[in-house]
Amino acid sequence: MRLFVIYTVDGITNGMVYAAVALALVMIWRATRIINYAQGAMAMFTTYVALVVIRHGAPYWLGFVIALATGMVLGALTERLLVRPVEARPPLNAVILSLGVLILLEAVAPMLFGGQTQSFPVPVSNIDLVLGTTQLDISPFDIFTIGAVLVAMLLLFVIFQRTTLGLRMRAAAFNPEISRILGIRVGRMLTLGWGLAALLGALAGMLAAPAVYLYPSNMDEVLVFGFTGAIIGGLESPVGAVTGAVGVGLALSYVSGYLGADLAPLGGFVILIVVLMIRPQGLFSFGRQRQV
Amino acid sequence: MFRRSTLARHGLFFLGLAILLLLLTSFVFDPYTNYNVSEVAIYAISAAGLTVLTGINGQVSLGHGALMMIGAYTTSVLLTWHADLPLILMLVASIATTGVAGAIVGIAGARLRGPYLAGATLALAVALPQVPSHFASVFGGNQGLSISPPLPPAFLGANFAPEEWLAWIALAAALITFFVLANLVRSATGRRFRMVRDNEVAARLSGIDVARTQVLAFVVSAACAGLAGSLFAYWVSGTSPGGFTLNLSLSLLTAIVIGGLGSLSGAVLGSFILVYLPVWTGGLTSSVNLSSNVANNVPLAIYGVVLIVAILVFPRGVAGGVASIVRGATRTLRSSRATGALPAAPEAPSQ
Repeated sequence: MRLFVIYTVDGITNGMVYAAVALALVMIWRATRIINYAQGAMAMFTTYVALVVIRHGAPYWLGFVIALATGMVLGALTERLLVRPVEARPPLNAVILSLGVLILLEAVAPMLFGGQTQSFPVPVSNIDLVLGTTQLDISPFDIFTIGAVLVAMLLLFVIFQRTTLGLRMRAAAFNPEISRILGIRVGRMLTLGWGLAALLGALAGMLAAPAVYLYPSNMDEVLVFGFTGAIIGGLESPVGAVTGAVGVGLALSYVSGYLGADLAPLGGFVILIVVLMIRPQGLFSFGRQRQV
Repeated sequence: MFRRSTLARHGLFFLGLAILLLLLTSFVFDPYTNYNVSEVAIYAISAAGLTVLTGINGQVSLGHGALMMIGAYTTSVLLTWHADLPLILMLVASIATTGVAGAIVGIAGARLRGPYLAGATLALAVALPQVPSHFASVFGGNQGLSISPPLPPAFLGANFAPEEWLAWIALAAALITFFVLANLVRSATGRRFRMVRDNEVAARLSGIDVARTQVLAFVVSAACAGLAGSLFAYWVSGTSPGGFTLNLSLSLLTAIVIGGLGSLSGAVLGSFILVYLPVWTGGLTSSVNLSSNVANNVPLAIYGVVLIVAILVFPRGVAGGVASIVRGATRTLRSSRATGALPAAPEAPSQ
C-alpha cells in the first residue's frame, strides 16, 4: 500500500510534466494541424540556456524566466520562418520539417553546451517531506512541479477563454479564412500560438531536467510520453491531453514500480495501442468521421 | 521484349549491376571500402522498405529502427543458442519474425492515420530498445549479444578478406531486395499501394481493401527491415540496444527524404549519404582541429539542415529537386522558343 502511494505520487508528478508537453502539442495541432516533433528538443535547448545562465551565478529563477522566454522566441521563430511556408502543403512535409528541427537542435546543443550528461538544479528541495514523525511521499519539488503546470494551464485557460486576444487566436485556429475577413491577423495569431506552446514546452523541460538529467536527447522520452498522452486524449481537447498525459504518467509509474523500469516505455506503447484499437480517434474526440 | 516485360528488363539490369559490383568489391575496393559498402547496402535495404511504406503507401513510420532491432536480435539470439546455424537460415528467420511483428503493427496501424500512426510507431521506437535490459538472460542486457562474423567458404582461399565476403552477402541481399521491390511497385499491388496513399475514398470505391493493402505494405516494409537488421548484426558482430536508438529510425527517414520520397533509387542515394557523410565530415573536421563535441555532431547537424532545406526548397527530395531543376531548365529553354506557361512543379506525396 505504501509503495502504491509512492508510485501514485510519482506518476502524477511525471504525468504533469507530460501534460505540459501534451498541451503544447495539442495547442499547435489545433492551430496549424501539425505535430511539433521538435517540441522536446526545443525544451532541451532552452533548459541548456537556463543552465548556462545559472552556472554564471544568476539565481535559479532568472534562469527559469529566461528559459521560458527563449522557448517562446524559439517557437515563434520556428513557426514564422519554417512552418509558414509548408502549412498549405501535404502533412508529411511538416512532419519531416519538424523532425529536421529536432535533429538539428540535438546536434547543435552538444556543440554549444557539451555532450556529456549534466545534473540540473532544483529551486526547492527534492527530498520527501516529513510531517512530525510520518514520512510523506511527496517532496517540495514535486509540489512545485504540479503547481507550476497547474498555474500555467490556468493562465492559458484565462488567456484563451477570457481575453480578446485568446478569442482571436481561437478564431484564427478554427477558421482562418473567415477570421482574416473579420480583420484578425491570422499569421500573427499562429506565431503567438506556437510561441505560447513552446513556452509550455520549455516549462516541461525545466521541470523534467532535475530527474532525467540534461543531455541532448534527454527530452525524447518525455516528448513521446506527452505525445502518447495527447493521442490518448484525442489530440483535439486540452482537457483530454492533460487527462491522457497524467494517465500515462500513472501507468508508466505502476509498470516501472511493479514490473521493472525498463518495461515502462513498452507499457506506454501497449496502452496507446489498446486505447487506439478501441477508439482510433482517442478518448476525447467527438463525431468527425473521415470515411466515406 | 525488354520494352514490354518489366521483369526481364529489371532482371537484366540487376544482373549487370551484380556483375559490376562483384568486380568492384573484388578488384577495386580495399577492405575498408568494402566494409562501408556493406553498411550502405544494409541501410539501403531498410530504407527501401521504408520507401515502400512511407513514400509509396503513405504510412509514416518513425519506428523502423525498432523493426531492424527485431531482425538483429532474432539472428543474434539464434546464433547464441546454436553458433553454427547457416547464414541464409538466419536471414530468413529474421525476415519472418520481423514480418510477423510488422503484421501486428500494421494491423494496429491500419486503423490509424497521420499523427496517430506516427505517434504509435514513435512510441515503439522508444519502447523496444529498453526491453533487452529487462530480459537480460535472453538478450544479454545492455551489453547485448556478440556473434562471430560470417566466414568466407573454404573454396575462396584462406586469404579471402572477411570484409569482402560480407560485402558480397550484403550486396546480394540488397540486389535481390531491390529486384523484388522494383517489380512489386510496378505491379498491380504497387498501384494499389499508391492509390491508397493518394485517395483512400477513391481506392475504397474501386474495390480495394484499404486495410489489407496497408497491412501488406507494413509486412513488406518490416521484412526488409528484418533482413537489414539481421545483416546489421553480422556487420557489427553482435547486437546491443544502443545500436537501435530513435536516431536510427530518424536517420532512415532522413535517407529516404534526401533521396527523394517514393523512389527506390533515392533510398540507395540516401543510404550512401548516410554512410559517407560522417566519413567525409570526419576527414574535414579532423583537418581543422575542431573539438570532438563539435566534430561528432557535424553530420547530424547537416542532416537536420538538409531535411529542413529539402522540405522548404525541394519538396521531392534532393534527387527529385535536381531532376526538377533539370526539367525546369529544359522547359525554360523550350518555352523561350514557344511561349507557354510553365506547369506547376509536382508536390510531395501526401500521407
